[in-house]
Amino acid sequence: MNSSHLNILFWGIVLRDLRLALRHGADTLGSVLFLCVTTTLFPLALGPSPDLLRRMAPGILWVCTLLAALLPLERLFGADIDDGTLDHLLLTGISPTLIALAKMLTHWLTTGLPLLILSGPLALMLNLPMRVLPILLIGLFLGSVILSLIGGMGACIVHGARHSSMILSLLTLPLITPALIFGAGSLDSAMTGLSWQANIELLGAFAAIALPLCPLAAGAGLRIAAE
Amino acid sequence: MLTNAPLPILKADTLCVYRNETPIFINVSFTLNAGEALLLTGPNGAGKSTLLRVLAGLRRPNSGCLFWQGKPIELYTHAHTHRVAYLGHQDALKPSLSVRENLALFVRPEHSAEYKKLDHSGYVTDSKPNTLEAALTAMNILPLVDKPARMLSAGQKRRVALTRVLLAQAPLWLLDEPSLGLDHMAIDFLGTAIAQHRAQGGLVIAATHTPLPMPEAIQLSLLGTTNTPPS
Repeated sequence: MNSSHLNILFWGIVLRDLRLALRHGADTLGSVLFLCVTTTLFPLALGPSPDLLRRMAPGILWVCTLLAALLPLERLFGADIDDGTLDHLLLTGISPTLIALAKMLTHWLTTGLPLLILSGPLALMLNLPMRVLPILLIGLFLGSVILSLIGGMGACIVHGARHSSMILSLLTLPLITPALIFGAGSLDSAMTGLSWQANIELLGAFAAIALPLCPLAAGAGLRIAAE
Repeated sequence: MLTNAPLPILKADTLCVYRNETPIFINVSFTLNAGEALLLTGPNGAGKSTLLRVLAGLRRPNSGCLFWQGKPIELYTHAHTHRVAYLGHQDALKPSLSVRENLALFVRPEHSAEYKKLDHSGYVTDSKPNTLEAALTAMNILPLVDKPARMLSAGQKRRVALTRVLLAQAPLWLLDEPSLGLDHMAIDFLGTAIAQHRAQGGLVIAATHTPLPMPEAIQLSLLGTTNTPPS
């Protein structure tokens, strides 16, 4: 198989999943609405003090975004494994690693990207200073990529287990705590006028490690799931 | 067509598969030459579907070996995926995608030249339907090409799944209950496709409970764990 055919297959899988996501908008919409609702709950619970909200905003936004992105993960591979599509994808000759990577990319495009766009207005609602907004977006961009990678890996591994959605959250959330710490930390530093670059660089390093390793692990998981 | 090949194309040697230490089937052996067909029969749970998955390379046998023209398949798993056209017991169609969108990933437009390097069984791919339209016509389902799969009946979905087998242009067809839900006319189309495939030197292995239009097929009966290879 030559690389152009692999290319066609890889983007074919991405396009097909995007098309499916468009026709079943509920997954994407569910995550977006979840983020809206949970973020608005905080001012109601904590009181409308602008100073308090500004101080809490980095943590609120990061935690809510990661939780929202976790929602559609379970069906990311589950649907294809259950209806037999995965067998046919494997038999096209494309490696399971690339199938997993295509799925993770689709997850980011259909969940990470809408959440990223929405986090801007929500940050303003929580009284986050305008000048740190770019740092929030850079951080959340890397954070959502990391979650798509690690969450996709988790989704492959837990498939077939009983209560898989619960296990998936329990497996994925501890693994992305470094991203949460660096991400929220970068915003805190920026707001107090300290240097935020180191935190963002550590986030970038995390993403750079996850990018090759997670699809490999997920691919191995897919092979086992097919058996 | 096959030209004086000394080795059988496909040889299975004492394949055993266990699930949780319970044997699904043990010591399954057979050989297939170009143009031959193998009919897998046996009661529910005898391991027909599992055997097809092993032959497709989707599952490893716990022991035993598979050879393609004398070469063990486990060493050439990537090459093996190109020899296999698999029809599972599920149709694997997404209800919200149209027939064309469902099959788009599985059109292999240009691989025949490279494919012949991989594989010297002499299987003729040039005259096979290698476009979506030709394959759909062979299964008599062309008018439904732009319908979403959820609008199709069970038999029509099966025909779309069979179209994917044609599109693979592979020498080894592994069919799990291919006639499931098909009407008489569709079974005739399936018979024509299988006969054409065999005439071109292809192999067919089908698991079934109902008679299939496969003349002179070798019978292999799986009887759970007391199975014996055919003589």
